[in-house]
Amino acid sequence: MDLRYKKHFLRFFNFRNNLTSSNFFLVHLLFTYFLIFPFTNSFAQDVDITAGKSLFNTNCAACHKLDKKMTGPALRHVENRLLNDEGLDKQWLYTWIRNSSAVIKSGDSYANKIYAEYNRSAMTAYPQLSDVDIENILAYTAQEKIIPVANVSVSTASAPSNNLGLSNEVILGIFSLLFFLLAIGLLLVSNTLRNFARLNDVKLIEKEKSKPIWKAFIDNQFLMLCSAILLLLVSAYGFYGWTMQLGTNQGYMPVQPIHYSHKIHAGDNQIDCNYCHSSARVSKHSGIPSLNVCMNCHKTIYEYNGEITEEYSKTFYDGEIQKLYKAVGWDDEAQEYTGVTYPVKWVRIHNLPDFAYFNHSQHVSVAGIECETCHGPVEEMEIMYQYSPLTMGWCINCHRETNVKVKDNEYYSKIHKELSKKYGVEQLTVAQMGGLECGKCHY
Amino acid sequence: MKIVYKILIIIIALFFSSCKNNEYPNYEYMPNMYESIGYDTYEENTLFENSQAALNPIEGTIPRGYSLYQYEDSNSGYELAKNNLQNPLRDDEINMTKAKELYDIYCGVCHGNKGDGQGILMKREKILGIPSYLDQGRDITEGSVYHVIYYGRNTMGSHANQLNENERWLVTSYVMKLKSDLKK
Repeated sequence: MDLRYKKHFLRFFNFRNNLTSSNFFLVHLLFTYFLIFPFTNSFAQDVDITAGKSLFNTNCAACHKLDKKMTGPALRHVENRLLNDEGLDKQWLYTWIRNSSAVIKSGDSYANKIYAEYNRSAMTAYPQLSDVDIENILAYTAQEKIIPVANVSVSTASAPSNNLGLSNEVILGIFSLLFFLLAIGLLLVSNTLRNFARLNDVKLIEKEKSKPIWKAFIDNQFLMLCSAILLLLVSAYGFYGWTMQLGTNQGYMPVQPIHYSHKIHAGDNQIDCNYCHSSARVSKHSGIPSLNVCMNCHKTIYEYNGEITEEYSKTFYDGEIQKLYKAVGWDDEAQEYTGVTYPVKWVRIHNLPDFAYFNHSQHVSVAGIECETCHGPVEEMEIMYQYSPLTMGWCINCHRETNVKVKDNEYYSKIHKELSKKYGVEQLTVAQMGGLECGKCHY
Repeated sequence: MKIVYKILIIIIALFFSSCKNNEYPNYEYMPNMYESIGYDTYEENTLFENSQAALNPIEGTIPRGYSLYQYEDSNSGYELAKNNLQNPLRDDEINMTKAKELYDIYCGVCHGNKGDGQGILMKREKILGIPSYLDQGRDITEGSVYHVIYYGRNTMGSHANQLNENERWLVTSYVMKLKSDLKK
């Protein structure tokens, strides 16, 4: 492809080298160069598809895909399609790409038709694209679609070979059966040996029947008393532990209606927590994002292309995106909202009791606490769960240990100065500023 | 006598083993003190459409603290906003640190923290075709930036519910700053 360009280059360098040697040669070369260059250029099929791809990705891909209708039409074979179906040549495309609204204003029938068909969304003008650039982009769109066949066969072949098609449970079951048979075998052997001994009149040593151990235990009153006390203490401790975990939900991991992976969104793609939970900055609640926030990205991202695990396949993730489309009423084929929506019944994980007041904005915006402090390593959670116990003891503990953030906060600076003098400390903790008062959280 | 002991031991063991299943919430001491009597924001409520208690504001009303945005969501509205809409914030009202913070959260993922269109989602090829703020064909102005944050445009969605009016203008000023930085 680049060969022809290289030839130009060679010719150009030759011409530079020969500059001093021969005047005639120079004139001759100059002549051929300028004669041939425009000639080859206008008929050039030598275009750079790689450059076309990167240009396409930076400029066009926001609204166009090759095989799928988006904000604008699918662009595979656009040049041929326009030429064959509409009789529009490349020149039309050039003017359209550089300034589409002018073409529409000029009353061009196809331009107006496509403008109306795509909800009158105007295509951005690209005056900066040169002929060669557009040529490259068109070459990229003219490529045939590559169907990935190899991938499928590899994945199906590799899956069963991993564990021979046997799950761990089956293997464990076989092992326990074997041990059971072994035990029976040993018992049988011992029995037969005993029988032999009896038949051969060998006297087996018989143990004297002594007092059974539990009877001896019951007879020893001191031992009974000690163990009774021990049992009571242990069960009291166990009972205490059991009552303490009542009402707390640490590790609570409900099944959500849509499998939303925080690992993919916050971990792999590094989307800030506040992007979706935007109300955490400004209000009491860190709300559940409404589905339009999902659609900010998922209007474009209609399939999953990240890493897959044995448990979660690409088909699985794609299905979850389809669930979102169904709920929000987005018709991915037609690229428009149908207006038929369903609420997604998310299961709330972090539930404070009604009698405790908690405000997200106070912690996120004023105190500047990271979300991970309370919610744990969310960016690693494939399935979201409650990381902290969210008990009162846990709150109080943090209030005792954390210093008040006074930097860039005039509201606190005066009271902080006075109180730190009173307590004789450099830095006030939240508790010293009243963070333990009952009425702060319970009213 | 012996049987009574055995049964007791089994009962105690069952009592403590409390097979906790993480898919379901734990027991509570006094549920009527834990659960709100009033309606919760996202609660199911059969009174409303789709049993959804969370509703949009009534059409034609403006919530407290909001103001009317006069440009409509269309190409002509975009052009009008692009040419006419001005940033109402005075220079001393613009806190660039805050603006940068907001920009990095809401815009940086796609547009890149420098505004060159090289955000993390672009680099990972999740979303393609994000223009630099210097893009000639768009030639963004304060008005057009605010308008696009408010309504969204083409593939970009509206960010009006994530940023309030003041924050939108802060981000707008920061975008214009990035644009002038890119020119250098």
